[in-house]
Amino acid sequence: MTGRRAVAGTVGIVLVSHSGPVAESVAALALGLAGGAQAPVAAAGGTPDGGLGTSAELIAEAARSVDGGAGVALLVDLGSAVLTVKAMVAEGDELPESARLVDAPFLEGAVAAVVTASTGADLTAVATAAGEAYGYRKE
Amino acid sequence: MSETALDAAFFVRWMTAVAAAVDREADHLTELDSAIGDADHGSNLKRGFTAVRTALEKEPPATPGAVLVTAGKTLVSTVGGASGPLFGTLLRRTGKTLGDAERVGLGELRDGLRAGVDAVGQLGSSAPGDKTMLDALDPAVTALADGFAAAAEAAGAGSRATVPLQARKGRASYLGERSIGHEDPGAASSALLFAALAEVAR
Repeated sequence: MTGRRAVAGTVGIVLVSHSGPVAESVAALALGLAGGAQAPVAAAGGTPDGGLGTSAELIAEAARSVDGGAGVALLVDLGSAVLTVKAMVAEGDELPESARLVDAPFLEGAVAAVVTASTGADLTAVATAAGEAYGYRKE
Repeated sequence: MSETALDAAFFVRWMTAVAAAVDREADHLTELDSAIGDADHGSNLKRGFTAVRTALEKEPPATPGAVLVTAGKTLVSTVGGASGPLFGTLLRRTGKTLGDAERVGLGELRDGLRAGVDAVGQLGSSAPGDKTMLDALDPAVTALADGFAAAAEAAGAGSRATVPLQARKGRASYLGERSIGHEDPGAASSALLFAALAEVAR
């Protein structure tokens, strides 16, 4: 898990993938495309030993690291990443109070979320922008 | 049976028996998962329930509800695959529903498990007939009205009945009709949960 630290008053973004390199790369891509963005982004990909899978501990750690008090948006890729974050939000106490699973395509949603969060938008606006990425047709 | 009162020690024995069953059956579960999944169900659950056994030994919780909440939380954090949040939610929600009672009766356990199974269905947006763990869990909880042995039997029958079904949820659903003819690994491991319950209740 790497990423930028929490920024007070800015929504934090957590990217949860089955793969560490995928999460890290999407984080780097989103930050790169966002220009001089300042939104805190943390990647939580794969298992702690570097394998493919989902780690609740890495997710919780990532969410805490980007929580600046304005909420944390979690974007996920597939299967156990979706179910783990849903279970953590519904049942657990591991995530910050304001953490929210955002229903969005992973890569496109991450770019939209980071750009939007960097403008100082609130969590609802960030989640909406990320979700709208579903509507961007490519053909 | 209506007078059965189960304490925290009973629930620790149950979880320990599940860990032993998962140890014993890990290769079989992985074999089922290699047919229609990604061949990690046995090893994932083994890692999870080994961690559950360790957590319960280290600090035995005082109530039945706390045993299941600890077990569920441990599964969510250690399994690494979809079965972690699914089994974790089942046990955690069941435990939360049992509350702080020091002893619970069969009826309360059944109500707790029903809430747990409903939470699993909600988490996975799935229902019985989708070829998932619910095909074993749902009939098992219903049959619990007739006792632990009946529940174990219903779970096993429910799991075997997934063989002719086509998967509608999870990775197996990508296979479409090719998922037909294989027992669902999550249903098989769910049956182990109820087999272990019957074993410790005997």
